[in-house]
Amino acid sequence: MRRNDTIRRPLEARKASPLLVSLSAVILGIVAGCFFILCIGKNPFIGFERILFGALSNVRRIGNTLGMSTQLILIGLSVAFAFKTGLFNIGASGQMLVGGLSGSILAFYLPMDMPRVIYLPIIIVASMAAGALWGFISGLLKAKFNVHEVVSTIMLNWIAYWITYDFIPRFIIDPTISVKSKPIEAVHTLRAAWLTDLTQFSTMNYGFFLAILMCVIVAFILNKTTLGFNLKAVGSNRFCAEYAGIKVNRSIIISMAIAGALAGLGGLTYFCGYSNIMEMGKMPNEGYDGIAVALLGNCSPIGIFFSAIFFGILKMGRGSLAATGIPTEIADTIIATIIYFTATNVILASFWTGIFRKSFHKKEEQAAAAMARNGDGRDISELDRKELNSLAREGKRLGRGKEEV
Amino acid sequence: MLGIRKEFPGIVANDDITLQVREGEIHAILGENGAGKSTLMSILFGLYHADKGTIRVRGKEVSIKSPNDAFDLGIGMVHQHFQLVHNFTVAENIIMGKEGGFVYDIRKASRKIKEISERYGLSIEPDMVIEDITVGMQQRVEILKMLYRDADILIFDEPTAVLTPQEIDELMQIMRNLASEGKSIILITHKLSEIKAVADRCTIIRRGRLVDVVSVPDTSVETMAAAMVGRPVSFKVEKAPCHPGKPILEIDHLSVMNSKKVLGVKDFSLSVHAGEIVGIAGVDGNGQSELVEAITGLRKAEAGSIIFRGKDITSLAIADRNSMGMGHIPEDRQKRGLILSETLAANMVIKRFTEEPFSHHGMLDYPAIREYSEAIIERFDVRSGEGSDSLAGKLSGGNQQKAIIGREITADPDLLIAVQPTRGLDVGAIEFIHKQLVDERDRGKAVLLISFELDEIFNLSDRIAVISGGELIDIVDTASTDEHAVGLMMAGVRKGDSV
Repeated sequence: MRRNDTIRRPLEARKASPLLVSLSAVILGIVAGCFFILCIGKNPFIGFERILFGALSNVRRIGNTLGMSTQLILIGLSVAFAFKTGLFNIGASGQMLVGGLSGSILAFYLPMDMPRVIYLPIIIVASMAAGALWGFISGLLKAKFNVHEVVSTIMLNWIAYWITYDFIPRFIIDPTISVKSKPIEAVHTLRAAWLTDLTQFSTMNYGFFLAILMCVIVAFILNKTTLGFNLKAVGSNRFCAEYAGIKVNRSIIISMAIAGALAGLGGLTYFCGYSNIMEMGKMPNEGYDGIAVALLGNCSPIGIFFSAIFFGILKMGRGSLAATGIPTEIADTIIATIIYFTATNVILASFWTGIFRKSFHKKEEQAAAAMARNGDGRDISELDRKELNSLAREGKRLGRGKEEV
Repeated sequence: MLGIRKEFPGIVANDDITLQVREGEIHAILGENGAGKSTLMSILFGLYHADKGTIRVRGKEVSIKSPNDAFDLGIGMVHQHFQLVHNFTVAENIIMGKEGGFVYDIRKASRKIKEISERYGLSIEPDMVIEDITVGMQQRVEILKMLYRDADILIFDEPTAVLTPQEIDELMQIMRNLASEGKSIILITHKLSEIKAVADRCTIIRRGRLVDVVSVPDTSVETMAAAMVGRPVSFKVEKAPCHPGKPILEIDHLSVMNSKKVLGVKDFSLSVHAGEIVGIAGVDGNGQSELVEAITGLRKAEAGSIIFRGKDITSLAIADRNSMGMGHIPEDRQKRGLILSETLAANMVIKRFTEEPFSHHGMLDYPAIREYSEAIIERFDVRSGEGSDSLAGKLSGGNQQKAIIGREITADPDLLIAVQPTRGLDVGAIEFIHKQLVDERDRGKAVLLISFELDEIFNLSDRIAVISGGELIDIVDTASTDEHAVGLMMAGVRKGDSV
């Protein structure tokens, strides 16, 4: 039996898209930044010109920005991946540390003449495995003992921190500076000679391409595979997932392990690519920046890619602010403001949706006026969008004509 | 309420509705789900503001900005979910929020409560503690609360959902007493039998518009139902005699803990055969949820066993039970039944996405999923804006339920467990769903129906198992019993007990 009264959707006002919401947050953040710069009596345009100059004015700077963005992409992906399963991975910093530490130790002990085609996959897999283990522990604690992942990941951050503190002097200490690891030889980092030459000794490395690859892989897992379907179902409604026979606990563990692996890889690109040393007693901030990246990127891999680059620009560009007398903290303030506005995305979305609705209603009124004049007896809901637009334009002219008379 | 109009984004919930309630009358508001009953009442109660129209109380135009304004005007509402503090006494609950100041005179309040209670035949003692009294009495405490605050206009929102048939009769009597004392009562319900039993007039709303105001004694139930739905409806479910086959589900001395870690189901035994519908009758909260969760694997069984198709499944994983041919229409369609933020297509394969043809080697096959989902949408008349691509949360309750039922029936289960399959749905959808369940039975499937609506149990079931306090009271043939007998059993009275 075919139904011929299939419901034709009446035209509706547009809804605010996530992209629009994110862009508004960015713009509001920048506006706030301008305001703060004005408050200290400086020219905001010079400030932003400096940030862009510092981040993008030559190949080396662009390379550094992309080098910085690399870990932000990976951490952003890590946070977003867990988030899709309804988990909040605050432990990216710890996962980065264990990932970076395994990479650094291997870099120290593996023979220098090892071919890179063999060496690089080894450290990549090792760092991901270490990060995955860290994520797995949190997932297991959540699944078996209902320990909230926010608590366990923060705890594990500190465990990773102290393990690193202990392992640096034990295995990879630089004897001349006793609080840092010995710098890794360039051939044992993710740096590539051709990239270094191309970007005039910037920090850009193979990690950037790994990050792009991971964006593609994460998008693929989430959208095309049964695993992604499974994890998203648990994240969207775990009661329904449970009812449908999905093993919720197993999904939580898998999701945390994958998130950990991504952050572990981020640690490798950070400690064995962007930089080549590990310092004792330092928790990488990037673990927390990743939360902002994921939020601003609406947890979508493509969004994360661009938001990470945006944050990379702010982070690399702020160094150049100092010359103008504007404190570099302004850049951090902008980031913080953006995070704030992204977190209040509901307000931004309803703001835009409200504006769209108003303009839609106005259009409807104009179109109705035009139809009344043309003697068009149709109901306004019968129009399609094109007709509505052209009638609205006609109605608008009509209205203007009246005013002139 | 005159010419009330309220718009929400995208819909007009109330379009020029006029509701006039006379003093001392019981006025029913009848309408399908989403017809705008709740919106109208929320406007009267000050929770929403009307875009257009005026409200007059005793001839005077008023503006109701908040529930407090409504109270001051003598408008009280008995909510579907009671708002009582369980370890407080009746009197304490009633004066709560009313008795300001630092010191209050509970004895004076108690005297007043007792007086009101006697006047309207509520038989409530002020110093009883809420958790010790029955649900029916708790509801009467809610009514008392309104009366204590001198409400003249009482709104009852679906008041009978949680009551046994006997308690419903008592409530009806109380409503009549109230009306005869000059109180005006607005009764919101979708149960036509109750309107017929107690109401004087009935305002019928359809799709936000006023259809008719009828005098209840002069109007047949069928006429009111037709006005509500917009077409004639049949109430009786047509069904042939059943031909039970071999047992599909055998529950043997099953005990299950509830969330409070006490036994919610005690020593429960029941078998369901192929080709029959077994209805479980009982008042909400008597162990039905725990029983269903144990059968479907969502909750662990404490003792006893569950045999499905001859195999002991007591500790089998949910996915395995599903694939053995167990279908489950869950009690809460939005919490368990669907992922509201996902598309209809994804929801239709939520139990089966790892199977061929919906995925191959871990890769989803979207065209196959969509084709399957379109077929369900078509066959079960699931109406949505964008077909398979619609988000499940955008569908109306009735269409969400049709989608779930479509998903479960299309998976061709040997046992279909339907929990409250028509809760909150309109007459048209109920008719459709009942027919689907009977069809399943006629195709030789076993159906276990759990419902709090006795009408539904009686209409559909071949046998009725009555549950009370987690225990099986009795199993009876539908043909050889009546609502009164089952009602008594629902209250825990066993055959042979003196009443």
